[in-house]
Amino acid sequence: MRPNIEDIEVELLLEALYQRYHYDFRHYAKASIKRRLVQACTQLHFSSISAMQNALLHDASTLPRLLNYLTVQVSEMFRDPSYFRAIREKVVPHLRTYPSLKVWIAGCSTGEELYSFAILFREEGLEDRTIFYATDINPTALHDAEAGVFTLDRIQKFTENHQKSGGRSSLSDYYTANYGRAVFDKSLREQVVFSDHSLVTDAVFAEMHLISCRNVMIYFDRPLQDRALGLFHESLLRKGFLGLGSKENLRFSAHANDFAEFDRAEKIYQRLAA
Amino acid sequence: MTVGTTKAIVIGASAGAVEALLTILPKFPKDYPIPVFVVVHVPPDRSNILVPLFEARCKIAVKEAEDKEPVVGGVVYFAPSDYHMLVEEDFTISLSSDEPVNHSRPAIDVLFESAADAYGAGLVGVVLTGANQDGAAGLATIAEAGGTAIVEDPTGAYSAQMPTFALAACPAAMTMPIEQIASDLSVRGNA
Repeated sequence: MRPNIEDIEVELLLEALYQRYHYDFRHYAKASIKRRLVQACTQLHFSSISAMQNALLHDASTLPRLLNYLTVQVSEMFRDPSYFRAIREKVVPHLRTYPSLKVWIAGCSTGEELYSFAILFREEGLEDRTIFYATDINPTALHDAEAGVFTLDRIQKFTENHQKSGGRSSLSDYYTANYGRAVFDKSLREQVVFSDHSLVTDAVFAEMHLISCRNVMIYFDRPLQDRALGLFHESLLRKGFLGLGSKENLRFSAHANDFAEFDRAEKIYQRLAA
Repeated sequence: MTVGTTKAIVIGASAGAVEALLTILPKFPKDYPIPVFVVVHVPPDRSNILVPLFEARCKIAVKEAEDKEPVVGGVVYFAPSDYHMLVEEDFTISLSSDEPVNHSRPAIDVLFESAADAYGAGLVGVVLTGANQDGAAGLATIAEAGGTAIVEDPTGAYSAQMPTFALAACPAAMTMPIEQIASDLSVRGNA
């Protein structure tokens, strides 16, 4: 069967994106990336994916617009409250035994998960001894994460999730409502380093006690998942923790034997000795 | 007869889904050779109750789809709640937490459109009862790719809206009452 035109266009555009800008989506799961490109093509008013590729190469303003379709994940604060409850009740007691902590939120997108962790760590009295590394490949998303502003219509869900996660305070303690937007307290960012980092092309980050990377690797193909997991393995201290999304797991991975299941249901793993 | 050429079946259902699917899925014989993908709209914060419910009543295997899982014939794959389910061209399953489509995650359109790419003319798409318009665009994509489109007869459906939108978007679709859909699909394994 001859490949259809759109599939060829998708491959060519991803190759152009890589060669020109070094953003590498060539090993992302194809069906989702194609769906996102088709959506971008329609909403940015290009007549075809090839036309979009032409603009990508010849008009610098196209890249950030396209990246927002390819990378930005709309998440929630305390998404999957049972995950954050497990972090609070099972992982935090281990973290308390360290005098200082490094936590990496990999693929932080617009910051929902980062602020969830910052609030949880403050509630548990760990914030002062922690440095958070919040990384993403999309500079626009990182900029939004650094601003910490969310529309008010999302706050009710965030508040519900926070309570279900075992929150010890009120979420409203951490933001100011202003013109339909919730502006999160900048003190939550005092311990945060924001950084542009790619799980696809960049190297080991630092010696982490906890890495949370949820619903990011689900978009990768198997070899790319293995690369990212290798990176996490090398970036974690022995017995450091790795939290994944609720439908992600290490079972079929080349790194399955490098980690122990710490909380099977919540997809929290612990690094074994090298 | 074209039944032997069916490579995969995709089914979408919303309001009234459980009863409709109970008419169809238990009819499939134990040695059914075709994979079946099902998207049912379920609330995002509910763990999936569909698998145990259908497992107890079906002769063929029923499971919740897992990311990167290779597709196997004779298995019914349910999309997990709060994730889209897609079929890749290498016949593995992908899950995604992309934003909801038609206010739904999982969305029927996302499954149908990806499966149309993967299976082309070998795909059968079925839109059942539901009170929204998810599945209509996806069914049209399946028909455009040469696949077979089937819609539950709106007059007999628990909720007529989804079948009606599907027929409007995909006039080439065959309309059948639910029992006929069940018998049509259950013999598609007989090459």
